[in-house]
Amino acid sequence: MTNHYIDLKNADVILVMGGNPAENHPVAMKWILRAKKERGAKLIVVDPKFTRTASKADLYVQIRPGSDIAFLGGLIKYIIDNELYFKDYVVNYTDLPYLVDPNFKDTEDLEGVFSGYDPMKRKYDKATWKYQLDENGVPKKDPTLKDPNCVFQLLKKHYSRYTLDMVSEITGAPKEKILEAYKIIAETGKPNKVATECYAMGWTQHTVGVQNIRAFSIIQLLLGNIGMAGGGVNALRGESNVQGSTDMGLLFHTLPGYLPTPKAGDVDLKTYCEKYTPKTKEPKSLNWWKNRPKYIVSLLKAFWGDHATKENDFCYSYLPKLDDDKTYSWYDLFDAMYRGKIKGFFAWGQNPACSSANANKVRKALAKLDWLVCVNLWDTETSSFWKGPGMNPKKIKTEVFLLPCAASVEKEGSITNSGRWAQWRYKAVNPPGEAKPDAEIINELYKRIKALYEKEGGAFPDPILKLNWNYGDKHVDTKLIAKEYNGYFTADVPEHPVDKKAYKKGQQVPSFVFLLDDGRTACGNWIYSSSFTDAGNMMARRGKEDPTGLGLYPNWTWCWPVNRRILYNRASVDPMGNPWDPTRPVIKWDPQAKKWIGDVPDGPQPPLAMEGGVLPFIMKPTGVGTVFGAGLADGPFPTYYEPVESPFDNPLYPKVRHNPVAKLYATPEDIYVAKDPRYPYVGTTYRVTEHWQTGVMTRHTDWLLELEPQVFVEMDKELAKKKGIKSGDKVIITSPRGKIWAIAIVTDRIKPLVIQGKKCHIIGIPWHYGWRWPEDGSGGDSANLLTPSAVDPNTFIQEAKCFVVNIEKATK
Amino acid sequence: MARKGLLITPDLCIGCRACQVACKSWNDLPAEKTKNNGTHENPPDLTGYTYNKIRFIEKVVNGEVRWIFVSQRCRHCGEPACVQVCPVGAMQKDLDTGIVFYDKNVCIGCQACRSACPFDVPRYDKQGKIGKCHMCIDRVKAGLVPACAKTCPTGAIRFGDRDELIEKAKAEGFKILHGEKELGGLGVVFALSQPPSYYELVENPQKPEKVVALGEMLKILVAKGLPIENSIIKEFLS
Amino acid sequence: MSMKLTRRDFLKLSIGSLVLSSLGINLEPVKAYAKELKIKEAKETTTICPYCSVGCGIIVYSKGGKVVNTEGDPDHPINEGSLCPKGASLYQLANNPYRVLKPLYRAPYSDKWKEVSWDWALDRIAKLVKQTRDKYFMVKNEKGQVVNRVEAIAHVGSAALDNEECYILQKFLRALGLVYIEHQARI
Repeated sequence: MTNHYIDLKNADVILVMGGNPAENHPVAMKWILRAKKERGAKLIVVDPKFTRTASKADLYVQIRPGSDIAFLGGLIKYIIDNELYFKDYVVNYTDLPYLVDPNFKDTEDLEGVFSGYDPMKRKYDKATWKYQLDENGVPKKDPTLKDPNCVFQLLKKHYSRYTLDMVSEITGAPKEKILEAYKIIAETGKPNKVATECYAMGWTQHTVGVQNIRAFSIIQLLLGNIGMAGGGVNALRGESNVQGSTDMGLLFHTLPGYLPTPKAGDVDLKTYCEKYTPKTKEPKSLNWWKNRPKYIVSLLKAFWGDHATKENDFCYSYLPKLDDDKTYSWYDLFDAMYRGKIKGFFAWGQNPACSSANANKVRKALAKLDWLVCVNLWDTETSSFWKGPGMNPKKIKTEVFLLPCAASVEKEGSITNSGRWAQWRYKAVNPPGEAKPDAEIINELYKRIKALYEKEGGAFPDPILKLNWNYGDKHVDTKLIAKEYNGYFTADVPEHPVDKKAYKKGQQVPSFVFLLDDGRTACGNWIYSSSFTDAGNMMARRGKEDPTGLGLYPNWTWCWPVNRRILYNRASVDPMGNPWDPTRPVIKWDPQAKKWIGDVPDGPQPPLAMEGGVLPFIMKPTGVGTVFGAGLADGPFPTYYEPVESPFDNPLYPKVRHNPVAKLYATPEDIYVAKDPRYPYVGTTYRVTEHWQTGVMTRHTDWLLELEPQVFVEMDKELAKKKGIKSGDKVIITSPRGKIWAIAIVTDRIKPLVIQGKKCHIIGIPWHYGWRWPEDGSGGDSANLLTPSAVDPNTFIQEAKCFVVNIEKATK
Repeated sequence: MARKGLLITPDLCIGCRACQVACKSWNDLPAEKTKNNGTHENPPDLTGYTYNKIRFIEKVVNGEVRWIFVSQRCRHCGEPACVQVCPVGAMQKDLDTGIVFYDKNVCIGCQACRSACPFDVPRYDKQGKIGKCHMCIDRVKAGLVPACAKTCPTGAIRFGDRDELIEKAKAEGFKILHGEKELGGLGVVFALSQPPSYYELVENPQKPEKVVALGEMLKILVAKGLPIENSIIKEFLS
Repeated sequence: MSMKLTRRDFLKLSIGSLVLSSLGINLEPVKAYAKELKIKEAKETTTICPYCSVGCGIIVYSKGGKVVNTEGDPDHPINEGSLCPKGASLYQLANNPYRVLKPLYRAPYSDKWKEVSWDWALDRIAKLVKQTRDKYFMVKNEKGQVVNRVEAIAHVGSAALDNEECYILQKFLRALGLVYIEHQARI
């Protein structure tokens, strides 16, 4: 989230699209309903089905799954055509005035692809996706927004055909409802009106997932709603610590703190730093990532301690390198496993046999492993895959371990919510039986592997033997780990370049501003620096002060970065430092004291128009909010493409049905079809209030299973009548990849739509169930047996939100 | 202590059913083995182990679908018929708070309370003993909020002094307060923006006429050691 | 002895009871409520809900090393004491009869789990990791670039871990040379 959960109360308009907070983040509704009650805020829900969130909406618009960019593109057009954008914000704080290379060609010019598309490689050469630079290397701008090559005019052209008629034809929503939504949202282009957006997997689980989110980010930049209280673009993330686990780099492409994982071509630390440290000639850009070398060197010091020296490139060679042109994402991983290339596998607190799209492929892939280690509170469909449906244990060689771990109340540590608040929690009781905290299991494994290498030697043992690892013997003190990711001085610093003060070896660094690139600081995760300082554990704080009255609670736990509660908050003030909306001042420049009041600002520098002032988007080399997304795999502007599996054509770009660079896989298990009469309906998956993810943590909780005991399928009355299905009937749903049974819920909450003159029936299935539990099989199995492993080319997230299916009443 | 109450505002309810779970958690009530009956609503009815459940009501009004969530539970009548018919004093009204609570150890399972209830609320556990919402009287007596109201994320269930809750609801603009006057005033009051029928609430609840007489007769039966048959209670009241 | 009450008997009794009523017998039994609160003298520990990402505060009440109650932390600014049904069910996560209590092992081609000791399981896993790593470790890729990695071992997980655990887990995996490191955030 750019903002945070409590901040939803500060909004005038709350758009819920791609999310369903009443069901998946119910306590968020406390703040949404408070905005409605106390500010008269409007809640708009755009969703393929009428959700529990929709039951509280002022306006509900039903759209076809996967048609979001059509809806949002139409809104961009509406804002531009009616000049409802926030002009001062757009001109000063975004790249909309920037001029783009005249060789850049839009999808409007090339019938659905951008310049640089290589149909053989299904990849873009992005050479033309760039700004024009002046003689000083600074991007050229036209503050009047009239130059035909400026981003604003290109954007206008890009969405020129996203008319109400077109949006209605693609989404299936009536024009008057679309227009009503547009009017309410666009109204917040005024400086004193703010809209926010809540999304979740309804936007990410598409082959155009990133572009869904970018489309709304562009709208928020046009309307001047980024950085504002009650504004922003807010990902309501799925798990209690998925923010933290992402921050900590449990992903192939990022080390902790979003430092890129080095590639084979990044042959040494110097090459790495040069490649990943952006440069700018923009005089007022702070360009925060210029500090990258400090963060990677401090990370290497945290990893390999005293062994990491300037002379040995701080052990940079110990970090495993990715091949330059290869990805190692979730679906690549299971593809490699299916092909027999992966021999050993850890499934730690995860249940991929149910959570992964095309779960049949995953289940078959597991059988090709030599060994599998699962760490969980319960036995799952993954750990017991070898006795699952269609499996013959006698033919499965895999050696499987199931290690019992501690639950959240049985250990001590921090987790980070979607608002980036890292909150400390304490141990209440011991784990049951022989279960151990995960930290102790990790510690034990590391020590035993290290001992083997010490004793026997082996392949490249140095990174293991020299690893800086001292967290306790049997009992792991998690506070020691927190201190490491905060960072500490590894040597005396008699006069620190930042504040000229002396720091002693072993002292905690006060914040990442104090990190150095010469090896005198170690820091496991720079964005968590200032969370555990010499003043103590900031994540454990319980101060209730709220000086701004906006609900920032600066003394309640701790928030990354440096306790900044609203990101990009320098964009909430005008170039003189006065809040755009004085009734909701996130920060405000005090000209007498020459300092900022309010939230921790995005950099302490003065306001933009003053001497030494900087542009608001400090993480961008340009210093401004980016509309022209040159870094994306699938184009600088979000473009409407049909889902990979869709029964319909793309009326905007008839020659390019789906995202031309969507990633697809090629084993016999990876089947994708479109416009196939065997699968005439649109399937979608979702979650419900009472369960969580694959249901392992809720199916084993009897009170929750009581509420939603069995997999169900929601469908419209017309389709039900046609198929002779009544509520409560058992039905069979098939997709090109699998089939499951479910109990029918026939409802008015999903209506058939008319798309391009054809009837479109949508059926929705939750993915919380699995064969292993309830033990009698009464719950059913995972909806992910149906979903395709077609993935977004930027994030590699699966398109689980739209695929083709058929449905029939079960015969028994 | 002033009369306590719950103010339930279905328009604020998101149907999350935290109240159902919190009730079971605080009151140590086991889960029931359920199945999906073609609706999200579960368990299908109140039971001796489910004191509070949310009804999921779907309607189409002027072509627009509506999804309404309404709490089903004991209304804590001002003059509780269940207390009046209970021949053994198991069902009681707390004079301090107005909460209608019970003592399972005393209950003989005659089920007269259910027959007498204008809202058909009391249910029985596997031992045949009464189980229903007691507004977490143990918590209330200790100065705590009932589990359902405490856990409700949106303020759809609020707890407090009944009079104050009613004032609050009126100040918020609610014209229809179901339970304010019904049956002489109920402890559980619904603040409504539509008529009670929209929420499928009992429009005009009535207490069976012969409740007092029935209660006295049952007491005699108990005193004489005679068994009580439910069919006869029903016939008497009909 | 089985005594069935006939309809006639019942009506006879009803007349009698009316008489009783006129004699002014109090029909509302009054009994003071007296039951000890189950969280009295329990230890209070604050925690954060392990389900979604809102980050609600929960108080865990325990007695004698056993959780006796969980409910929303009223001081927590986000949830202000409230919870959703998942958060409200935390008690059943802490007192859960279905938890795995000992390490389990399934041997190749076996059709059942068997309980094993931690020592045995951890030693066996360490040995398998080392064997696989040593066999498949790549110092250089096909292009001859130094990569120092092992592709034959993969890992997923986990957003269910604490930050500190996530941090040391990725540190451990990267020291082994893994590149297939993924978790829930990807899906």
